[in-house]
Amino acid sequence: MSSPILSVENLVVSYHLQNEWLDAVRDVSLDVLPGQTYGLVGESGSGKSTLVQAIMRYLGANGAVRSGTIRLDGDNLLSKTPPQMRDVWGSKMSMVPQDPLSSLNPSLRVGEQIAEISRRHEGLSQRQAWQRAIQALSQVRIADAEEVARRYPHQLSGGMQQRVVIAMALSTSPRLLVLDEPTTSLDVTTEAAILDLFDELLHKNQSATLFVTHNLGVVARMCDRVAVLYASELMEDAPVSELFHHSLHPYTLSLLECVPRIGQGKRDIRLRAIPGQIPSLRNAPPACVFAPRCPVALEICHRVKPPLEEAAPGHCVKCHRWREIADGSLRLEDGQVEAAIPGNGRNGKRAPAPLLTIENLRVQFESGGLLNRLFRGDGTVKAVDDVSLDVPRGYTVGLVGESGSGKTSLARSVIGLVDTTSGKIELLGVELHGRPGQRNREVLRQLQMVFQHPEESLNPYHTIGETLRRPLMRLAGQSKAVAESNVGALLDAVHLPRDYASRYPNELSGGEKQRVAIARAFAAQPELIVCDEPVSSLDVSVQASILNLLAELQHERQTAYLFISHDLAVVGYLADIIAVIYLGQLVEVGSAKGFFEPPHHPYTEALLSSIPVPDPDAQRERIHLEGDVPSAVNIPSGCRFHTRCPRFLGQICVEQEPPWRTDEHGRQYRCHIPVDELRAAQNDPTNVPHRAEIPSLHPVERGGRG
Amino acid sequence: MPYVARRFLFFLLTLWITSILIFVATNLLPGDVAGVILGRDATEEARVALRHELGLDQPLLNQYVNWLTRFVQGDWGRSYSLRTAIQPVVLERLRNSLRLALVAVLFSVPPAILLGVIAGLNENKPIDVIISVGSLILVGLPEFVVGIVLINVVALRWRLLPASSAVASDASFGEVLPQLIMPAITVAVVMLAYIGRLTRIGVIGEMRRNYVRTATLKGLPHWQVIFKHVLRNALLPTITVIAISLGWLIGGLVVIENVFSYPGLGRLLIYAIGNRDLPLIQAVTMISVTAFASANLLADVVYSYLNPRIRLQ
Repeated sequence: MSSPILSVENLVVSYHLQNEWLDAVRDVSLDVLPGQTYGLVGESGSGKSTLVQAIMRYLGANGAVRSGTIRLDGDNLLSKTPPQMRDVWGSKMSMVPQDPLSSLNPSLRVGEQIAEISRRHEGLSQRQAWQRAIQALSQVRIADAEEVARRYPHQLSGGMQQRVVIAMALSTSPRLLVLDEPTTSLDVTTEAAILDLFDELLHKNQSATLFVTHNLGVVARMCDRVAVLYASELMEDAPVSELFHHSLHPYTLSLLECVPRIGQGKRDIRLRAIPGQIPSLRNAPPACVFAPRCPVALEICHRVKPPLEEAAPGHCVKCHRWREIADGSLRLEDGQVEAAIPGNGRNGKRAPAPLLTIENLRVQFESGGLLNRLFRGDGTVKAVDDVSLDVPRGYTVGLVGESGSGKTSLARSVIGLVDTTSGKIELLGVELHGRPGQRNREVLRQLQMVFQHPEESLNPYHTIGETLRRPLMRLAGQSKAVAESNVGALLDAVHLPRDYASRYPNELSGGEKQRVAIARAFAAQPELIVCDEPVSSLDVSVQASILNLLAELQHERQTAYLFISHDLAVVGYLADIIAVIYLGQLVEVGSAKGFFEPPHHPYTEALLSSIPVPDPDAQRERIHLEGDVPSAVNIPSGCRFHTRCPRFLGQICVEQEPPWRTDEHGRQYRCHIPVDELRAAQNDPTNVPHRAEIPSLHPVERGGRG
Repeated sequence: MPYVARRFLFFLLTLWITSILIFVATNLLPGDVAGVILGRDATEEARVALRHELGLDQPLLNQYVNWLTRFVQGDWGRSYSLRTAIQPVVLERLRNSLRLALVAVLFSVPPAILLGVIAGLNENKPIDVIISVGSLILVGLPEFVVGIVLINVVALRWRLLPASSAVASDASFGEVLPQLIMPAITVAVVMLAYIGRLTRIGVIGEMRRNYVRTATLKGLPHWQVIFKHVLRNALLPTITVIAISLGWLIGGLVVIENVFSYPGLGRLLIYAIGNRDLPLIQAVTMISVTAFASANLLADVVYSYLNPRIRLQ
């Protein structure tokens, strides 16, 4: 076996906080071999960012490596001075950060930002370095690299910015590449293209890659070996197929089961939520760090820290009970799969009368400020363009779309936060008008919402009790005393202790805050709750418990949801009806049961094929979409998806708006290809359009102005 | 339409609206112009005749249109109190104000930026505290106090520089330079703290941005990270504020010009108001407003040039 490129041994990294040292990485060892992609998985607070910063020798001012070693090609990094590190950074190790836009200098041309690296490390001249930068950009499949090199970061799309950052990291062929959540901020179709690009570019000269992510699907797709971190410690470290098929740690096993898989619904399975939350640095459990949340913890787990043991060659695990898990005598679940709510789908039944009716809704914005509008006619952004959608009573309608699809504008117009340009929104036959302040109390009571960021939607100066009392008094018309007594019942309903009523939001974790936001939404017994990405800012283990809670509460109270998300698996889990939106228009609407079987609108098909599946053996052909989502100012003619459609027919798609087509199960999609033809094409595994090619990204004019 | 052209139209619009405000405001001032010119003993017939001659008996709108047309053509009228054409007087004062502004900028901007960058790069370290506290003490001093102390110490006690800055109207820039130094230092004391604090905040804010980490992890030398990456962005607000403050330096230094008896626009305005010289007030205010508006235009153009996010929307 060749010697490792990166070797971390018994590393302890601590932060100095209020006169004490708190460990953020405790006794972690790992070796990354040449040609290997090593996954580092963990939720927020697991210590994975600290570990990466320590490896990069870029810890914050109050952080320090307290013991252990970090070697790069046998060279001890910890003994290097900052000036010595400058010879390592950018030449022997480089990093692709999470958020490409903020990681690029807004005032420098992207070509220069790449070129300065080879000038620094390879002594190239100005002109040679510029040529090298253009090469690097072509290498990441950017078409017209010379033109792109002269642009500034804000003139590029998110996917293009990420390619620039990757080109930057690879331009000097470093020995170690650290990818820090490189696709987390991207849409799923863009992510798919970037992951394929990594397949092609990584390990060209037997270099090593450390891939940090919280997404198990991405790990399964990309990595050879995976380390799972939890609360500063290494829980399990194994080859990727071992980890996904024969995990020996209760934490890994729980993580694998708390994300919904494509096609799993709330009537099939109850997600395995991990109770509680990751302990803070200050309150790290003394023995096994996972014991307080572990479903199979024994008395010894709270008393003695388990050693990291090699259970099989190359498979290390830190658990007292791994032998029982390995021989099958201990299982996390009792063998039977429990559904979150009973019933077997609503496919057969006729849907009840609609609660919310959206008819031919259009939402348009004028782009640019006052000055721009005075002196030049700017384009109109058509955020929502002729959408009609019904939400039946007690149903969940999931609305899926990528960024810029108009899903949030649609939700905001229902709530009354943006003005509608034309069309009608009716709740129980009453037309909704105006801003929330102008709507009458009954409408406000019937229509509630849950937002993405609970910390921003709870008033930090109100206790939880006050927050929950307000809708009870103002909307349900209860007296203060009655409302007071109902607060406890509300907290029970969202599984929070009753004494939380006297706490303030900053004393709660993210998941707990979202529970409070849900309790507030349910307080006045609404008919409809608009949920705008309610779980996307939460860790996966917490996300599962919120999804279970939403399913449970809906089943008890028959409240309808309009559930907005970019995550098809999450929508697929919770929804009864799924609607897919692209550039302001619905392209597909249908019952969630059987939604994941063809025929699909070609856009839905591409979305589905892009989702990374948490199974390393899944061999799937991905469909690549050409280019970026067009600007909502200049919407393409005919079918608005024709510029990127992998099943593009020809002139008809450019010239004519496609008709709605309905399959025999009542699912509707908007495409020129008839039902039978589309189904046959999508069921044929040899007929995957554009499968081999990673599409080149062409620069487009951004923003449509100037 | 390109950004600069749009911005220029906005500049003209600003000037037009202020011209209306200035005209209306000066006409609302109490007192009869003909009476002021002719003195208390003039007959009613003489006043009526003069009002007719000056066009003061016409409707206000006509008066405004006539005034604006002539003003744009360069005919700024005659001063009642100086009994000369206004334009040469105002232009000479404007030249004096520009000279003082230039010297003041040279005295204040380089040290302010230098101190601000040093303070920002050493956030909360002793050097930062010394610079920050020192500049705050300076900015707390009223400008006439600084001016008088300078006159007493530098001019009267040490006899290094002349105490009065009352320059001759035909003196060259080289000749007046010694007389400009003390007023310029007084201005610099005020601007130093302001610009220095702004620079410090800019540097601190930019140092926390992710692209600084990217630049550092490229292995670039520390000075290159600072000069090439950080300052390019950190100094944007500072440069804008410097450009805007040019307007104040040209048209707003009333107190300092008075302390040093410097013949700038500010003193001329005080004189015009003291003598109820309406045409002179109108001309000086219009020129001051033009200076402020030009400074703002300059600030926006410079900012858009330095900031590709504005230039290349």
